[in-house]
Amino acid sequence: MAFESMEEWLRSSADKNISTAEAVIQEDMSDRGVSREETWTQMSRMWEAMRSSEQDYDRTLRSHSGLVGGAAGQMEDYLNTCHPLCGETMGKVIMRALRLGESNACMKRIVAAPTAGACGVLPAVLVTAAEQDGYSDDQMTEALFTAAGIGQIIAARAYIAGAMGGCQAEIGSASSMAAGALVFLRGGSPEQMADAAAIALKNLLGLVCDPVAGLVEVPCVKRNVIGAVNAMAAADMALAGIRSTIPADQVFDAMKEIGDQMNSSLRETAEGGLAATAAGRAVSERLRENL
Amino acid sequence: MNLYDILGPVMVGPSSSHTAGAVRIGLITRRLLGKAPAKADIALAGSFAATGRGHGTDRALAAGLLGMQPDDTRIPDSLQLAREQGMEIQFRKIQLKDAHPNTALLHVETEDGRELELQASSLGGGRIMVNKLDGIDVNFTGESPTLIVHNLDQPGHVAEVTSMLSHKSVNIATMQLYRNKRGGYAVMVLETDQPIPEDSVAWLAHLEGVIKVTYLNTVQEDEHGV
Repeated sequence: MAFESMEEWLRSSADKNISTAEAVIQEDMSDRGVSREETWTQMSRMWEAMRSSEQDYDRTLRSHSGLVGGAAGQMEDYLNTCHPLCGETMGKVIMRALRLGESNACMKRIVAAPTAGACGVLPAVLVTAAEQDGYSDDQMTEALFTAAGIGQIIAARAYIAGAMGGCQAEIGSASSMAAGALVFLRGGSPEQMADAAAIALKNLLGLVCDPVAGLVEVPCVKRNVIGAVNAMAAADMALAGIRSTIPADQVFDAMKEIGDQMNSSLRETAEGGLAATAAGRAVSERLRENL
Repeated sequence: MNLYDILGPVMVGPSSSHTAGAVRIGLITRRLLGKAPAKADIALAGSFAATGRGHGTDRALAAGLLGMQPDDTRIPDSLQLAREQGMEIQFRKIQLKDAHPNTALLHVETEDGRELELQASSLGGGRIMVNKLDGIDVNFTGESPTLIVHNLDQPGHVAEVTSMLSHKSVNIATMQLYRNKRGGYAVMVLETDQPIPEDSVAWLAHLEGVIKVTYLNTVQEDEHGV
């Protein structure tokens, strides 16, 4: 069985004197009865698919509803001609998260991580980190094992579906996975990896799933940006040695408790929050007439 | 959840339940039918009916019927491709009692008149469950090789199927039996750990009292369709 707590994962890696990524690989081998090569190949394909989905962005595409498309193109123009407040690195993270979020809404090929709606967070930070720091494909594959290991623990203790626990379960989980993966790439300690995952999710606790007209478009595309930017900030804080007062496992449990209390109108039903605003309802009415 | 339920699937957006799962429902329908349908009547229920168009559920189901996988980049153009192939597809909305929110009911027919009716739900993360087959309640995912035998409800048919599998060293993972009434029409659904040889499947179909045999082989993952 996969790890059910961050504590168990870190202890097991320390006891066997292996990296956290290696511990996830070994658990998967015994969990699914596969060879090391099989799971390694499968995960390296995920990295390959993430990278190409980011490169395949087409700024001329618009979603079927017409609500999203082109924003990543605007961001790219802005990065090329202006000096972004966030600096070059974060500017690219923002652009890439928009690319993936929009590509998903426009029916392009993406990697659900952990869901299709949150597919922009991991590639936005990982492609940018690989480009900036020059990590090898093998290192990126190990980083994805780390990210998936965090996601598995979140799924075991809470959830990764907006319909179950709101957006915190999708963008929040993706951000937590991404923050941990970044610390792993930078050579941070396992404790720092866990702290980054904890900090990233803490910052997004309570986030509701309120998609306009029930589509994975508004606010989902831009929420990928906040998940990615937040992951970078959380990773930098953890690498600076800043601790999370609340341990990761307890943060995951808090997400579960918050999601369980969340009204169903705020869990992907498109009945509350942004979906229920005047502008949100107007979009929904317009689409109903056109479809 | 396993590692690749967390990272993955690689899929065409925007939704694992409304798009990737819908492709799988179309694909399993095509496989159970044995070939591409010439006609398909697709009824969408619940959230599939409410937000299906915006999520490309219609195009995803058509793509599956054309034999595409959830990561096929031609999914957005599937309705056009179906027309070009002469595949006639109709969509409508339906209300189903006690069905999962993401459910589709498909009635498909081949050129030579072979028909199949299937009701399936998309459970999230791209995973699906077939709930009804030709009006009879069933319960299988299509993730393992699956053998479905329709027969008259009379003694011996279960033994014929299981002894054949035993003879071919195929281990049964799950087995379900259904019938509409005593002595009426019965269905057995078996999920197995190993693929079943095609000639053994054909042999079953010729036994007296056996009405229809359908076999779903999961080793066709290289199928690219169209």
